[in-house]
Amino acid sequence: MISPVQAQETQIEEAFDPLEDHVISLEDSPDGQTHIEIGAHGEEHVTGVFPPFDATTYPSQLLWLVITFAVLYFVMKRVALPRIGVILEERRDRIEGDLAEAERLRQKTDQAIASYEAALAEARSNAHAIAEKARTENKAKLDAERAKVEASLAKKVAAAEESIAATKAEAMGHVGEIAAETAQAVVAQLVGTVPAESARDAVAKVSKE
Amino acid sequence: MANDPIHQFVIYDIFSFGTIGGDGTEGSGISLAFTNSSLFMALTTLTICAYLILTTRRRGLIPNRWQLTSEMAYEFVANMVRSNAGTEGMKFFPLVFSLFMFIFIGNMFGMIPYFYTFTSQIIVTFALAMLVMTVVVAYGFIKNGPKFLKLFVPSGVPGYIVPIVTPIEVISFLSRPISLSVRLFGNMLAGHITLKVFTGFVVSLASLGAVGIVGAVLPLLMGVAITALEFMVSTVQAYVFAVLTSMYLNDAIHPSH
Repeated sequence: MISPVQAQETQIEEAFDPLEDHVISLEDSPDGQTHIEIGAHGEEHVTGVFPPFDATTYPSQLLWLVITFAVLYFVMKRVALPRIGVILEERRDRIEGDLAEAERLRQKTDQAIASYEAALAEARSNAHAIAEKARTENKAKLDAERAKVEASLAKKVAAAEESIAATKAEAMGHVGEIAAETAQAVVAQLVGTVPAESARDAVAKVSKE
Repeated sequence: MANDPIHQFVIYDIFSFGTIGGDGTEGSGISLAFTNSSLFMALTTLTICAYLILTTRRRGLIPNRWQLTSEMAYEFVANMVRSNAGTEGMKFFPLVFSLFMFIFIGNMFGMIPYFYTFTSQIIVTFALAMLVMTVVVAYGFIKNGPKFLKLFVPSGVPGYIVPIVTPIEVISFLSRPISLSVRLFGNMLAGHITLKVFTGFVVSLASLGAVGIVGAVLPLLMGVAITALEFMVSTVQAYVFAVLTSMYLNDAIHPSH
């Protein structure tokens, strides 16, 4: 783009604010025409006007703006945006569908858990009832058995006591005789024979005291 | 010459289609040509179309990062239109999206050295602004009929204030295409001039020898900072243009404030 320049170019290069410089140059032009030549490129619009205000370029710019923007609008409206819209919609539907499916499965799981817990509670109460029944039954049986055993034991005790009493009575009956015999024997050893009769009397007398 | 900050805006013909009308002298009649400005408009359109179509070619349920950028652009503009102009405004989504992408990519191309910035041409930004205003006015009258004029009479205003408010509203409405186009034009123009001036200083100072090279550091840093700023301005201006378009379309859809 470097090309021959007019004297004012140096001004522009040195100026701090190039826009201001342009304004000055425009005002200073003796013939009212602008002289800011900005690069005499082969095909450039060299009217010297500040480029964005160069009206000779407007028809071309408008023409190509209309063409390019119309093409862009058409492609966006007909191809690109519907395509992206469909992609986004499909994804949204898919996510919603997946969420609904997840919700359905969750409810199913909840139901399964609830029925499992109900079964568990029932089983537990059944087990309790069975245990209770078994316990009562056992207790009754045990009580009956114990009563029977106790009755038979009491009978045996009574019989034993009876026989003991009889034996004791019998034994007590013999005690006097043994003592008399012993006393007779002792006396016989000491003083000579005594009649059994007197020995018996003496024992009876002693045991009375 | 290389440092001339205005030169970057010069339009030159790549090939000419000749002149319609006029008396044959230079500058008369309407000359039509494919210019450097046209080239970058065409490149912009081509880039946007190719990018959006190629990245979504797979139509992936799970997007790769290229497809994701296209989807993000779509969602970004769609949300902008929806929040500013409502669901009914989505009718104009392709228009706003095209405007946003056209200006955005045009601005971004302008940031590449030796590339032409067609958004620094007032005629381009004004034409885009007029396109928006034409759509607003046309749709406003087609949809609302004469009720569209309620736009200029805010509801809830006492009768005696109406004669004062209405001219203000009319003037503000008429100034919209001007503010819309000058904002974009001015930002791009001023930004590119500033950039060129500062980077021009670097070259001029550096050619002065050792002291100059030291002195050139400051404008160089400024040049880097302004480049970053310009990237931001390029994005923000495209966004602002698209947002204002959505808001003006909202006026056409719901004229009573």
